[in-house]
Amino acid sequence: MLIINCPYCGPREQCEFTNGGEAHVARPSDPEKVSDKEWSEYVFFRSNPKGIYFERWVHSHGCKKWFNAVRDTSTDKVLKVYEIKDEKPSLADLENSNLTTPSGEPEVGSGNFTVRKI
Amino acid sequence: MKKKYSIFNIARNAFSNHENWQKMWRSPEPKKNYDVIIIGGGGHGLGTAYYLAKEHGLTNIAVIEKGWLGGGNTGRNTTIIRSNYLWDESANLYEHSLKLWEGLTHDLNYNVMFSQRGVMNLAHTEHDIKEIKRRVSANTLNGIDSKWISKEEIKKLVPIMNTDNLRYPVLGASFQPRGGTARHDTVAWGYAMRADEMGVDIIQNCEVHKILTENGKVIGVETSKGIIQSKKVGVVASGHTSVLAESAGIRLPLQSKPLQALVSEPIKPVIDTVVMSNAVHAYVSQSDKGELVIGAGTDGYNSFTQRGGFDVVENTIRAMVELYPVFGKMKMLRQWGGIVDISPDASPIISKCDIQGLYFNCGWGTGGFKATPGSANVFAHTVAKNEPHSINAAFSLDRFVSGKLVDEHGAAAVAH
Repeated sequence: MLIINCPYCGPREQCEFTNGGEAHVARPSDPEKVSDKEWSEYVFFRSNPKGIYFERWVHSHGCKKWFNAVRDTSTDKVLKVYEIKDEKPSLADLENSNLTTPSGEPEVGSGNFTVRKI
Repeated sequence: MKKKYSIFNIARNAFSNHENWQKMWRSPEPKKNYDVIIIGGGGHGLGTAYYLAKEHGLTNIAVIEKGWLGGGNTGRNTTIIRSNYLWDESANLYEHSLKLWEGLTHDLNYNVMFSQRGVMNLAHTEHDIKEIKRRVSANTLNGIDSKWISKEEIKKLVPIMNTDNLRYPVLGASFQPRGGTARHDTVAWGYAMRADEMGVDIIQNCEVHKILTENGKVIGVETSKGIIQSKKVGVVASGHTSVLAESAGIRLPLQSKPLQALVSEPIKPVIDTVVMSNAVHAYVSQSDKGELVIGAGTDGYNSFTQRGGFDVVENTIRAMVELYPVFGKMKMLRQWGGIVDISPDASPIISKCDIQGLYFNCGWGTGGFKATPGSANVFAHTVAKNEPHSINAAFSLDRFVSGKLVDEHGAAAVAH
């Protein structure tokens, strides 16, 4: 189980949290003006990277506050947590951003070659 | 050469301690150019190659697999087969698949151990009853052998089930007698062997890094064994499909999550059907070896780690022990996770895209194994003819723009 460092309560087990999907997805400011395709992008299409992923969490069994996190989806390592009001961090802001495979398996055959660094 | 397995062959090979069996398929080096490249050597991908060769006369095909055959989600599921889906579009697709399952052993001349032991979906609440009865009626209209059974009938089929003394008592179930299980490895191996005989090159330990395009057309793939050219590329890479799609600049409405399953120590036969419960999230069948095969849920967050969280297993085990108190002291032998690609409407995407010659068969989410033959069959048609089969026309990428979704969240066993 992941340990997630809630910015308000400190480190807690992942089962206390609920994932809210990708962070920094902006709702179109003029919904009546966008095309069906653009609206569909907003409603259904989300990034699904193997690597650095910006996501939202809510501490649903704790302080019930929303916050953002940067996690490496190839290792599940949480690289940074930050408040909703904060700017999207850049790669340089992340602690320990060198990506490794979950159990150190070789690149070929594991699929980890395709890890997108950012 | 057509490989045959017979009692005489087994006897002959016994003399050499079974060390001289022929290889089931070749392991060729990739050619420079193919008519079709299929990315992903699981059941769906190998089946696609098989049906392309058998039904569409294309044999200059490569199946490229980054690991070993059937080592992804084909080998990481709970092998349950059924077709009791709600909407006409899904019923057609899954029933097409179930009919192919019924003839698959004969078709491949290789025993996929398809066992029609029946599949039960339990109802625990008033809402479950309404939803399941509605689905049974829809199934009946589509000619699918689904029926509503009472608690007493459930007890007759599964005497070990605790139907009353639990938080969400069992109130009834739908039952599809033609559903069942199959042996996952033999599905991949059977398709691989017969595709190989027809000239398909199966290339293992070769990872596709990038789909190459030029002027809106596919020209090939860049792999760990170099560039391989082809004007048609079919992507059947389950959880990693969106990673590959992104290399060609295509965004897919998929989210990849770990889905876990586990098996117990082998015991004598106690359960001779498949029992699924969406509400308390426990489903179980017993393998031919006697192990209980238990399906857990997906993690609530995107991940590619093929592990999954312990709390998910814990929740499933909790429900299992409540439903079947006799399993309370059993030991679990193995647990694993597969990365499933979940679409917004819990239905698959079998579709062309904006890039000419690039096809996707993905979004199977938590229930792709049952669809293996049907999915492969209609996807082969889509790739060969460059247009969807009537069965998969409704499962195009366009549906996320038009809004004509095929919402199967109710029929998907695992809550998405």
